[in-house]
Amino acid sequence: MAEATRNRTVLVLLDPATEVRSSVLELLTIARSLGRVEAVTLEAPTVEALAQLSAFGVETVHQAELAPATQGDARHLAPVVAATLAAAVRLTDADVVLAPSSFAAKEAAALAARELGAGVVIDAASVTEDGDGRVVAGKRVFAGSWDTTSTVRTEVAVLTVRANAVVPQPADAAVATEVEGFAVAVDGVVPTVVERTPTVRDSDRPTLEEAAVVVAGGRGTGGDFGPVNELADALGAAVGASRDAVFEGWFDRYVGQTGVTVAPRLYIGAGISGAPHHRGGMQASQVVVAVNNDPEAPIFEICDFAVVGDLTEVLPQAAAIIRAHKDQ
Amino acid sequence: MRIAVLVKYVPDINAERRFADCRVVRDPAEGTLNELDENALEAALRIVEALPEAEREASEVVALTVAPPEGDLALRKSFQMGVDRGIRVSDDALAGSDYFGTTAALAAAVRRLEAEGPVDLVVTGMAALDGLGSVVPALVAAELDRPALTFAKKVAVEAGTLEIVRETDEATETLTAPLPAVLSVADTANTPRFPNFKLIMAARTKQIEAWSAADLDLDLAAVGAAGARTETTQASPRPEKPEVELVQDKGSGGQALAEYLIRNDLV
Ligand SMILES: Cc1cc2nc3c(=O)[nH]c(=O)nc-3n(C[C@H](O)[C@H](O)[C@H](O)COP(=O)(O)OP(=O)(O)OC[C@H]3O[C@@H](n4cnc5c(N)ncnc54)[C@H](O)[C@@H]3O)c2cc1C
Repeated sequence: MAEATRNRTVLVLLDPATEVRSSVLELLTIARSLGRVEAVTLEAPTVEALAQLSAFGVETVHQAELAPATQGDARHLAPVVAATLAAAVRLTDADVVLAPSSFAAKEAAALAARELGAGVVIDAASVTEDGDGRVVAGKRVFAGSWDTTSTVRTEVAVLTVRANAVVPQPADAAVATEVEGFAVAVDGVVPTVVERTPTVRDSDRPTLEEAAVVVAGGRGTGGDFGPVNELADALGAAVGASRDAVFEGWFDRYVGQTGVTVAPRLYIGAGISGAPHHRGGMQASQVVVAVNNDPEAPIFEICDFAVVGDLTEVLPQAAAIIRAHKDQ
Repeated sequence: MRIAVLVKYVPDINAERRFADCRVVRDPAEGTLNELDENALEAALRIVEALPEAEREASEVVALTVAPPEGDLALRKSFQMGVDRGIRVSDDALAGSDYFGTTAALAAAVRRLEAEGPVDLVVTGMAALDGLGSVVPALVAAELDRPALTFAKKVAVEAGTLEIVRETDEATETLTAPLPAVLSVADTANTPRFPNFKLIMAARTKQIEAWSAADLDLDLAAVGAAGARTETTQASPRPEKPEVELVQDKGSGGQALAEYLIRNDLV
């Protein structure tokens, strides 16, 4: 990636600060191509997180000091995160803010931009600059069927970036990372958090939104995700599902326009028909593969490779060969 | 209880969607009510239906859209589901608005409704299926200085308090806020009703109220293409994928799949 030509300051949102996910490592990588990188958190980063920030060239972490009412679980709410981002921009005179494309971070980014009078781009697939030094974002829209370019016309640009936009790349040399507190006042109205239970993710598999390979199962699994899991494990992939499979209670997270949007190197859909809602969440994947016993399945229209067959036969056979190949 | 449901007129996701001159083409033959707004309408109607009779009688559900005149279709569909009023805000000055321009227009329309009487709740879908930004609900709330409870998969209103349960990427949360508030509803919150014959007939005679920017307290410099803080400067269709390589499984389909992945360095 090209080195920054301008002396920009780029803030990257790190929330939570307990770990630095690959989506945030991507943001740090993009940020370094635009200017000097600083991170913004709502809590003290863990030692592991600090080590990664240091490897990725972050010299300063700005940690919000919040009033009691907005500490605790409320600190992850969009108005609090937004006020923190806006205050950090004012503090550092930053030019660009980058956040992941989670639903929560999108809201925070938009609210921060509102407060700053800045332009906002949601779901960018790339972030660069044009000849005039304006920030330019590439987007995939209409279920990955169109590419658009958005140019930010304001001095400050706020962007949320989709996972799998770039390959995370540490800085040439690690830097010393310091954490500095700064006061944040939240003006917006903040809801009351009655209860918050952090989601526990399967730590043996990559997370769905960030994985380089996704294997998803649909109604065609008949409720048995065994073959889907087996192929996913052979490939080191994340497991996903269609909404129907989730509604049946067979799995917990679904791929699609209203679920998780994924853009991995490889997506494999098994027993999934390929409804427009589902396609909208995976069509930007680099390679699409499907296994379906209906030769007319709509998902074949967007596939690179597909097998017409029973997934309970095809997936385990493929998994066995892949395991054998990897053991060589 | 007075509820404004913000609905959007969008290109049908089953149709071929496209851009011309960097703007989304809104072909009236292929436009529709944003499907996710049906969940918003359903949530609003259920909130009213759960009220004691006297309160229910005094309630009003208003569908509100910022759209060109073709957008009436979204309001007609809202009528068919059972809303009482439909308002469309149209103005050439609003064309090309970014999130903030759209939000300003929507908030100004809610404020005008408020001039007639209090609006207790503003309800939206979780996203519009054309832009998929999911940020307008939070922005409208900020503009109206109200709390936003977004992406609700469960909704309850009791004694002037809105309570939701939602699943974010990080956690499952139960949130509350006093009314007036802004609510966005996930597609998992409910199953939208099918319009019945009676409602379809009634919808035919309902009048859509048309407002223009001049009817609203709106800073025209902040809306439309001129006020937009971002600009779409390029739009091009992705190249068509080459024809799919389709393998019929006759006992070695899995092997063919594995070999494809190995051959393409995907393992
Ligand atoms: C507002 C809205 C939003 C939505 N959002 C989403 C979304 O985000 N994500 C999403 O996924 N859906 C979404 N949906 C639902 C979507 O429209 C489809 O209903 C859903 O994706 C279908 O799931 P499916 O492909 O698993 O099931 P089906 O459409 O029933 O397809 C099952 C497939 O399995 C195949 N099959 C059956 N048995 C086998 C076998 N033994 N081996 C191989 N193949 C087999 C069949 O041929 C069929 O093609 C949404 C719907 C609405 C209304």
